[in-house]
Amino acid sequence: MHFINDKGHGPLRGEAITPRALYAQRREFLGKLAAGSAGALLASWAAREAIAQTAGPGKLRPLPAGKSAVSGALTMEKLSAYSDVSTYNNFYEFGTDKSDPARLAGSLKTQPWTVVVEGEVRKPGTWDMDALLKLAPMEERIYRMRCVEGWSMVIPWVGYSLAELVKRVEPTGNARFVQFVTLADKSQMPGLRSSVLDWPYVEGLRLDEALHPLAMLAFGLYGEVLPNQNGAPVRLVVPWKYGFKSAKSIVRIRFVEKQPKSSWETAAASEYGFYSNVNPKVDHPRWSQATERRIGDDGLLSKKRPTLMFNGYEAQVGQLYAGMDLSKFF
Amino acid sequence: MNALLSHRTAKPLFFLLALGPFLWLLYGALANALGPNPAEALTRGTGDWVLRFLCLTLAVTPLRQWTGWTALARLRRMLGLYAFFYGLLHMLCYAWLDMGFNVGEIVRDIPKRPFVLVGTLAMLLMLPLAATSFNRAIRALGPGRWRQLHRFVYAIVLLGLLHFFWMRSAKNDFGEVGLYALIVALLLGWRLWQARRTHPRPGAAPKARAGLTS
Repeated sequence: MHFINDKGHGPLRGEAITPRALYAQRREFLGKLAAGSAGALLASWAAREAIAQTAGPGKLRPLPAGKSAVSGALTMEKLSAYSDVSTYNNFYEFGTDKSDPARLAGSLKTQPWTVVVEGEVRKPGTWDMDALLKLAPMEERIYRMRCVEGWSMVIPWVGYSLAELVKRVEPTGNARFVQFVTLADKSQMPGLRSSVLDWPYVEGLRLDEALHPLAMLAFGLYGEVLPNQNGAPVRLVVPWKYGFKSAKSIVRIRFVEKQPKSSWETAAASEYGFYSNVNPKVDHPRWSQATERRIGDDGLLSKKRPTLMFNGYEAQVGQLYAGMDLSKFF
Repeated sequence: MNALLSHRTAKPLFFLLALGPFLWLLYGALANALGPNPAEALTRGTGDWVLRFLCLTLAVTPLRQWTGWTALARLRRMLGLYAFFYGLLHMLCYAWLDMGFNVGEIVRDIPKRPFVLVGTLAMLLMLPLAATSFNRAIRALGPGRWRQLHRFVYAIVLLGLLHFFWMRSAKNDFGEVGLYALIVALLLGWRLWQARRTHPRPGAAPKARAGLTS
């Protein structure tokens, strides 16, 4: 077992691309094979692989989607079970225990729902769910999700690139950051009674991060609309950042000039930075981030797996942070 | 009640009851019934039971004096040893499931997580108590010295509480910690109150402050 330094590593190099990231692009490759001329049998098999949407458990309204063509959006790794994805959640508005949201989020009212877009945009306005659902074609994307606590899942999300909405509302030249404000309604969310965090929960991205095709507005998972506990009816999914950056149950998207403070930054700025990119070389002050436990996949006694730079999306997003000292901008 | 507690089946019954959580967790692990993160469930489950058994152990004497069920004292050693047993399991879960028995990782982890250090310290303090829990050790040490040694339990429960508090502070979630703190405060406060009541003068000889020893 080699030793990984806690601190003092140099800036990231582009050539440090992980084999897993390449592996993750196999689905995409298969899709291209299908369109090409690689032998009839192989092509038909690959085509099926490229078109089929992950089957849901039949619990919620179906949300049909095509396969995403975005680079890195379809990892081939084994999916986390729907039962794990929908019962092991951090959604403090419904309690701090990871089993709380699945138990208590039934009280969340997701209809009607609107998302206000405001701030430094030429086309501010209020979007209802119908309009949001029709804004762009639904895509299935299979992302790794790495929680800052040291566990991870593989989840088939349904939605589209956040960039679709960003472009539609036309950010002004002053817009440099995007802030996401989530629902904070005491009558629906029992967790708000405790002062764990400053409510409402807010998160933010740099505009170029928000425009990256992998950053996603998700409306469903496993081919169905989002379960309440997973952030229904609309949430953010930013697969190269720790899970808490992916704000749930969004009600307001604000384009701003100055870097907004996220709820976790307000709670503990020394522990949770604005960027919070998944980075095995920058530890949380109170624990290592070098490894992770894959929920439901790794056996009880199997070793934890190494955490990948940018959660394995370095090939896609590494250039967003070129030249930045990621131990400083953690 | 004293007759019931003194019955020869009382001890084996409590022994089995106290083994229950272990059997339940073992079954859960084998049947994969511990939820999405079984390693975490095992580590937290065993840790919870250490605190619970420490509280139960410390509750024996106040309860005995309050209710007059003197036969409760027969169970105290077993309860204390169960706290140690669940402590060992808790450490095993950490070292095995979390760290894969990788000594380098453990050495790196402990300074990062002071609550691990505090928990380890509490465990180390439990060692001499468990090692001197049998009758011959009590005789060899002499009751006075044995009692003094076993006052470590106060430090152990406070370290355990701090360990739990620091662990939960990551989520600003102090509800459960507060409950244990209240119980421990009552159990230790009762002892202080007893000591003061029976020996109001400060500077009394240590031997005379017998109220603190149980």
